[in-house]
Amino acid sequence: MNFTNWLGTLPGVVAQGLIWGIMAIGVFITFKILDIADLTVDGSICTGAAVCAVLMTVYGVNIWVAILAATVAGVLCGLVTGLIHTLLGIPAILAGILTQLMLWSVNLILMGKSNVALPGQVYHVAVSNLEERLLQTNLTLILFVVGLIALLYWFFGTELGSSLRATGNNLHMSRAQGINTDFAKVLGLMISNGIVAMSGALLAQFSGSADINMGRGAIVIGLAAVVVGEAVVSKLSSGFIVRLLGVALGGVCYYFVFSTIVFLGLRTDLLKMFSALVVAFFLGMPYVKKRYFKKAVKGGKKDA
Amino acid sequence: MLEVRCVTKIFNAGTVNEKVALSDLSLTLNDGDFVTVIGGNGAGKSTLLNMVAGVYPVDKGSILIDGVDVTRLSEYKRAKYIGRVFQDPMMGTAADMWVEENMAIADRRGKRRGFKWALTKGDREHYREALKELDLGLDTRLTTKMGLLSGGQRQAVTLLMATLKKPQLLLLDEHTAALDPKTASKVLEITDRLVNEHHLTTLMVTHNMKDAIAHGNRLIMLNEGKIILDISGEEKKKLTVEALLGAFAKAAGSEFANDRALLG
Repeated sequence: MNFTNWLGTLPGVVAQGLIWGIMAIGVFITFKILDIADLTVDGSICTGAAVCAVLMTVYGVNIWVAILAATVAGVLCGLVTGLIHTLLGIPAILAGILTQLMLWSVNLILMGKSNVALPGQVYHVAVSNLEERLLQTNLTLILFVVGLIALLYWFFGTELGSSLRATGNNLHMSRAQGINTDFAKVLGLMISNGIVAMSGALLAQFSGSADINMGRGAIVIGLAAVVVGEAVVSKLSSGFIVRLLGVALGGVCYYFVFSTIVFLGLRTDLLKMFSALVVAFFLGMPYVKKRYFKKAVKGGKKDA
Repeated sequence: MLEVRCVTKIFNAGTVNEKVALSDLSLTLNDGDFVTVIGGNGAGKSTLLNMVAGVYPVDKGSILIDGVDVTRLSEYKRAKYIGRVFQDPMMGTAADMWVEENMAIADRRGKRRGFKWALTKGDREHYREALKELDLGLDTRLTTKMGLLSGGQRQAVTLLMATLKKPQLLLLDEHTAALDPKTASKVLEITDRLVNEHHLTTLMVTHNMKDAIAHGNRLIMLNEGKIILDISGEEKKKLTVEALLGAFAKAAGSEFANDRALLG
């Protein structure tokens, strides 16, 4: 692949990045707002893809209805994790792993096989990686991102949305102020997984198929987009909209770096290793700074 | 206003670590009572407050607030009746949210939280006025993240939050213990002002005997999960630390050898 060819792939990279950016916005809600690392997403992203692909190919459902159905399916995935966590008292991270495993079976049953093709040439899809449709795809995805951010900005500004933010911040305070923290966590997980499943539906359309393996490591990619995005925009503003935009942008940055690495000839087998290392680096940095470079941090803490 | 009826709480029942935290304890607070609670470590002071707040369920007995039996109500449902300030200044507020956002959350204590905007212009003015009365310069810092305030400032705001929507009962769990002496006395001063202003029924746990004597109209002393001393009115006004220590030694039959209780 030469440089011009690589440039030609960029619109596709941006589109793919935006889809993962949407997914990362879902991860942001659990990871940053609720302070839960929710591993359900590895399963629910595939559930979204499966629901969308099966509804369209088997039942001939309209694309927008299929995306909506996928989102609802994701909401239900989040509900399961939330109930396992709050009703059974199982730690959130383990509850997510359990749901993820359940979803593996559910997704296989939904699709009836490990892969359902959803070719953009045959079906009327909203986004597609076909070259002649990339511009329209990117515009559609940008509308999705903007709409989603607007909706979330509104929601987290309401009384209910604030109670979710408080729950993620301080459980004691939230309960003392009359917030049903269990409900808040379940609701947050539902919203998050709804968004993730929606991105799964978009990903299936974009790549032309739903695959049982497509969610593997999704949480890590989502986290990578979140941490990269936060790192990029944190200097600009701590406003909610900017942070969410940063997360979506994080998805794009991530895929850009990704495609560059592939272009430079790195073995694709190493990509997941790369994702994990990026996340480990960004998540570990604050601790390392504090633990090993205490003086440097103290000196730079003037604005705190 | 508050009725605690024969409440017993045993932690780790049936194990070698069994600990009777409250033993058949009964306590009635009248409307407007400001009761200070003292006692050594492990006497059951914090457990009493946590039981009333609903942090853990009682083993036996019942708790009524304003005539409503709240014994089986979960912590967040009971919050409708109760304002709380904790010992740890970090515990009472959401660090990553703004001062005004924290207050807006407290302002809706006990109400349904729906799709209305969490913070209106009118709210903001109201909070600014309330913060101004604290006289800590916080009325210009409404959009500062709570986590950037000092411990004393956070406790003061937590107090304000606990009383923003008038609670039937105010629970203060050693809320000045983590502060330096100067800040602690400032926070206590604010406490007195808010309690008087809103005519609040208050239960304040403290390790400081002087504070316990100087504040409130009634004092109770706990030992091994029981109330061993209950002094109010004129008798309380005449109390001294020495008299309290003497009373404790007599009632408990042992030397009150808790150094933290002697501080101050």
